Amino acid sequence: MRGLETVIGLEIHVQLATATKLFCGCRADYFAAPPNTLTCPVCLGMPGALPVLNRKAVEYALRVALALGAQVKRRSHFDRKNYFYPDLPKGYQITQRQVPLAVGGELRFWVEGEERRVRIRELHLEEDAGKLVHTPAGALVDMNRCGVPLVEIVTEPDLRTPGEAKEFLRALRTLLRHLGVSGADMEKGELRCDANLSLARDGEWGVKSEIKNLNSFRGVERALAAAAAWQRERLERGEEIRLATFGWDEGRERLLLQRAKEEAHDYRYFPEPDLVPLEVSEELLEKVRAGLPELPWARRERFVREYRLSSREVEVLLGEPELADYFERVAAAVGEGREAANWILTEVLRFWQGSPPLPAEELALLIQKVRKKEISRTTAKELLEEAIGGKESLERLLAGRAVRQLTDEAELEKLAREAMSQHPQAVADFQAGKTQALGFLVGQVMRKTKGRADASKLAQIFQRLLAS
Amino acid sequence: MIDERTMANLERLAGLKLSPAERERLKADLTRILEYFQKLGELDTDGVPPFDPLPGRVNAWREDEPQPSLAPEEALANAPQTERGHFKVPRVFGEE
Repeated sequence: MRGLETVIGLEIHVQLATATKLFCGCRADYFAAPPNTLTCPVCLGMPGALPVLNRKAVEYALRVALALGAQVKRRSHFDRKNYFYPDLPKGYQITQRQVPLAVGGELRFWVEGEERRVRIRELHLEEDAGKLVHTPAGALVDMNRCGVPLVEIVTEPDLRTPGEAKEFLRALRTLLRHLGVSGADMEKGELRCDANLSLARDGEWGVKSEIKNLNSFRGVERALAAAAAWQRERLERGEEIRLATFGWDEGRERLLLQRAKEEAHDYRYFPEPDLVPLEVSEELLEKVRAGLPELPWARRERFVREYRLSSREVEVLLGEPELADYFERVAAAVGEGREAANWILTEVLRFWQGSPPLPAEELALLIQKVRKKEISRTTAKELLEEAIGGKESLERLLAGRAVRQLTDEAELEKLAREAMSQHPQAVADFQAGKTQALGFLVGQVMRKTKGRADASKLAQIFQRLLAS
Repeated sequence: MIDERTMANLERLAGLKLSPAERERLKADLTRILEYFQKLGELDTDGVPPFDPLPGRVNAWREDEPQPSLAPEEALANAPQTERGHFKVPRVFGEE
């Protein structure tokens, strides 16, 4: 059907990396904790227990708000969202409904090198619920996650394709990691996404399909594509689209209808009487603003400008701020970024597990040696792997190996002639037009010299000898 | 006035199953309560700030410092049923 435009909006839950929960002093790092070991009367919802707001969670949320350019409400408050479910021991979730912490703002990101901006509707603080394990005999409840601080970010419906939605989320993850407010790992549930999709015709919006609890980038893209196809099919058959909520089966890549919404949920929101309002002073705001790091989009522009990196390269580097920091240290030590990026992206990245597998100075040293042609690229790669895998420092490895590169023209020619006399078939092949025989011959010399020969010079010499 | 539909909706939201007699009694009670509170609607609240639990007090917060949690046995002590360190509840379906 033509003339249909896909309209997508996202609601994202970000788990804040505070040490403690939003309203009590229980530790918030529940990820590997045994069940029900991080609870107290407050997060278990015991009668009479009173919540006390975590100041750090407010500061983290403000960091996100300021980075997005949102307008922070000078005064906000918390509300109770009432519903019954076993993962919510109080019978209500403390959230911000009437007056959120901040409104407006936008996230800048890039899709295939082109800049996009998506407006933010609002951003607020709320507490997480517990976790259920469903068994045939009943549900098992772990309350460790109850009360863990979340920031909910709601976008305006500015996204137009499932792919764009995925890139938006990636960019948000990059931002959150730069701000140091969340691990933002979707697999660990630190970043969760609900998506709304409708099809608009001639600017007139259709009925929404909501997809809940998407927890991978791929899932977001695939689920939205499936929802768009589902709506399109119905419209083509002339059927009406009803408001519905779906889950997403990640394994089978299928939408699961959870409920057709006939009546809107009634959460009976009302102001939380156990908490006083939250007032954000100019002073606090200034303090948070002063602590903001260079934001990813500024850093991105600087990387492209200063180091002449491609859009794709910058995205990979910025995806993990530690990787980008590492790159900058190596680039500074080498005195040049282009080469540093090549080495990091092609050689170091596969060994990267959250921290540098090789000190920045050592990688820089290696790159400099290659630049000065003291060692060949092949040798450098071997040394790099040895240094990463073993205990010896790169300097010792360099000293232990006579690694000066063979660049002497006469010596190389001698080796080339030797190889040609040992492999007459390769020579014949080359002269018969099989150019790959050249690679074979170069390889023979490289093997004999343990990678020390200057491969490009060697290839030139072979070409000269074979042509005559 | 609380009608049948509102009553049914309240039962669902509160997770309760009422007998017809209970329902009738509650319907009458709730209607009276509602009427009573409707008196508030007669007040002029223009210019009155919407909500302030402790007038003048804001930002009662704490630093992000961990405090000891309950031992799991203690946390689970009042649970009618437990299994492998979890609270155990009757089966639930995807509905909130």
